[in-house]
Amino acid sequence: MKRITSISFLLFFIYTSEAKTLLVGKQQAVKSVQQAIAIAVNGDTVLVEAGNYHEKNLVINKTIFLIGLNHPVLDGDHQYEIISIKANAVIVDGFKIIHSGVSSIEDFAGIKIYNCRDVVIRNNILEDTFFGIYTQHGLNCTIEKNTLIAYSKQEQQSGNGIHCWKGDSMRIIANSISGHRDGIYFEFVTNSVIWRNTSFGNMRYGLHFMFSNNDAYITNIFKSNGAGVAVMFSNNVKMFHNYFEENWGDGSYGLLLKEISDSYIENNQFGKNTTGILMEGASRIQMEKNSFLNNGWAMKIQASCMDVTVRKNIFIANTFDVGTNGSLVLNNFNGNYWDKYEGYDLNKNKIGDIPYRPVSLYSMIVEKNPPAMLLFRSFITALMDKTEKILPGITPENLKDEHPMMKKLF
Amino acid sequence: MTDILRNRIILLYTVVLFIASFSMFSLEDNTSKGLLSLLNIILIIVPLVSIIFSTIYTYNSSEFIELLVSQPLKRKTIWLSSFSGLAASLSLAFFIGAGIPIMVYQWNSIGFMMIAMGILLSIIFVAIAMLAVVKTRDKAKGIGVAILLWLYFSLLFDGLVLFLLFQFADYPLEKPMIGATAFNPVDLGRIMILLQMDVSAMMGYTGAIFKDFFGTYTGVIFSFGVMLLWVLVPLWFSTRKFNRKDL
Amino acid sequence: MIIASNVSKKFGRLKALDNVSVTCNKGECIALIGPNASGKTTFIKTILGMVVQDSGFITFNGNNILHHWQYREQIGYMPQTGRYPDNMTIGHVMDMMKDIRGDTVSLDEDLVIAFDLKSLMKKRMRTLSGGTRQKVSASLAFLFNPFVLILDEPTAGLDPVASEILKGKIITEKEKGKLILITSHVLSELDDLVTQIIYMQEGKICFHKSIEELRTDTGEERLNKAIAHFMSNQQK
Repeated sequence: MKRITSISFLLFFIYTSEAKTLLVGKQQAVKSVQQAIAIAVNGDTVLVEAGNYHEKNLVINKTIFLIGLNHPVLDGDHQYEIISIKANAVIVDGFKIIHSGVSSIEDFAGIKIYNCRDVVIRNNILEDTFFGIYTQHGLNCTIEKNTLIAYSKQEQQSGNGIHCWKGDSMRIIANSISGHRDGIYFEFVTNSVIWRNTSFGNMRYGLHFMFSNNDAYITNIFKSNGAGVAVMFSNNVKMFHNYFEENWGDGSYGLLLKEISDSYIENNQFGKNTTGILMEGASRIQMEKNSFLNNGWAMKIQASCMDVTVRKNIFIANTFDVGTNGSLVLNNFNGNYWDKYEGYDLNKNKIGDIPYRPVSLYSMIVEKNPPAMLLFRSFITALMDKTEKILPGITPENLKDEHPMMKKLF
Repeated sequence: MTDILRNRIILLYTVVLFIASFSMFSLEDNTSKGLLSLLNIILIIVPLVSIIFSTIYTYNSSEFIELLVSQPLKRKTIWLSSFSGLAASLSLAFFIGAGIPIMVYQWNSIGFMMIAMGILLSIIFVAIAMLAVVKTRDKAKGIGVAILLWLYFSLLFDGLVLFLLFQFADYPLEKPMIGATAFNPVDLGRIMILLQMDVSAMMGYTGAIFKDFFGTYTGVIFSFGVMLLWVLVPLWFSTRKFNRKDL
Repeated sequence: MIIASNVSKKFGRLKALDNVSVTCNKGECIALIGPNASGKTTFIKTILGMVVQDSGFITFNGNNILHHWQYREQIGYMPQTGRYPDNMTIGHVMDMMKDIRGDTVSLDEDLVIAFDLKSLMKKRMRTLSGGTRQKVSASLAFLFNPFVLILDEPTAGLDPVASEILKGKIITEKEKGKLILITSHVLSELDDLVTQIIYMQEGKICFHKSIEELRTDTGEERLNKAIAHFMSNQQK
């Protein structure tokens, strides 16, 4: 009740006395949400009491605040899109939205925002929906503190958790997404922020990010997703303080960067991935203070990358530190800490006196000829690596860290 | 048997293993690095010591074996007991030297697999050494053969495999590779340990295929079975040869 | 007791034994003599089953030795050079042998006592001199009271006193009716021991005669002179 009073109080100030509050419930005059929306006018609040509501498709075409008390359940009976928002500044708060329709032709969602702005979707629980929260042409919308759980079994028959197609100034904050195809999907979304979300156990990507410029994602956790996180065909992306963990398996990685430019990757942690970061066609990327722990490959930088600066990162207990597929290297490694570094520091400035070469000959062999993995840790490969370190012939000559740190910085 | 146990070299081997393993665990800041160094010991030093020591020891005791042959004993008994004496003492040396530190620092499946593989490799290389001894009469030549065999198993074989991999790079080689490992007990031991250790790397693309095979129950049984064959086959051949050998 | 028929053995191209046929009976003390590399040791080893012949066969009490390894229970063998595991003591070696033979009742410890080995029981083999090792070998050969004694260069490396003890022992055993086979190239010391002589050269048996026959044939009293006489005759 406290919440209602406070919200009412708030609304009182924002909208003038003409705004009214409609109460929906089994014991109330208005029995269904459908009915309430029909009655309501712009600026009204619809409060829904706890209970099960089979409302088919709720279309919100007025600026109303739809608020659930103790998570009333909106059930789509596996047939309908549950809430369709077609008006600006709508708020949907506190519902439990379950069983949306599944279709291969239409993208049914738990909540879908059609071409509108300033919509807020928060504190909802979405369970067993095809797409979770879907926005198209959204502007300045907030999707906050929602929990999305799906039980997909096949990639083709599942939708994404939070799906944004074309939009600007979106805020995706503190959501938890699991079991979808992609946890968070961004395509043609600009100037937006993804912050404090947890995306785990999704079929494909924890975050799927394409053609979206000038965005930032910060302090998210991406864990145990089918293929990790993919950031593609974008520029000016900022990735700070994220965790990319336990993305294991065939062709999976913590973070895939494909055709990315002018971006920043800082203070992230990559742990226990088959590949920590895979970069293809990335250019002008700053990578700083990330930690790479227990990965198969900490980093794979394909020869198509240029001007990638890797500095002050730490690399610990990775099977291979850096892999690459060509001999031309236009990237810069400097001042990182490598636990495999065997050099010395005579002048005690905490910087190793001889450069470290993070690419081993064997990692290149495996890159070209995957079955060679079976010889991993054998005497011959160790011997080859040692010889190659002394007399580099095959590994890229200029892929090296001139000033490796003796101690890790953080 | 007591003779072998009292042997200074065996004692030295035990002590060196012991010190090496303990220092590896305590000096390295992360245990995974210590384990890695230990893996190298198991895969390189253990077979080397096993094969060289067994070869030299068998040569040195050849006159005594002669004496035993003149006694009312079956040759098979003499040969097998000499094998079991060597195998038991080298395994014991490994178990005390490396096994105890491993158990102290790594009481898990990695540690268990390492100990099991170390002991198996010790025994396998005793069997191989005895085959080398029985096939070559000359001591210097025999030791040479033993060293070559060790070199082959720990280095040349893998080199050959690598060479073939590149020659036939266009074909799917994952399955034949599994077969190929069966021909080298060192490789087999290494893979068995690695599967417990470097999970992330082994689970990369090909890793998955190997994991599917070696990681399963049948895979483990297969590997242990093949390693057992690596003990029995050389032993059988050497016993047969020894039975007909002129001393 | 031991019958060898047409035994041949080749080591590579070298014919170590060439069609050797010998019969050895109880109560005989046979000296197997000949120059170096004449096949003496090979012949002994064939009898012991340490060398397997290419053709021909050897029987021991009527049993082919190829299939009956148990016959060795009745043989005491003293090798030319006895080498034992370095870290075992004399006591250990003796115990082990007893263990192998499984016979601890009818032990003949005469030599052990005569050579005063009891006081050395705790010594490790690698600390022993060649002579002491020979003493151990000799004691072991006689220890189990075997019917047949095969001694390969028994007195080589022994000091004169030990040598005499050993000879005495051989004579007593001979008188008990045992078969004794000795190889040696030091002829003089065999004078008072042997009853028969087998002379081998290049893997062949040149002659197998009793000592009396030899003496009458050559007219020489001393054994080495008789042999020398025979050899010079042969060269003519």
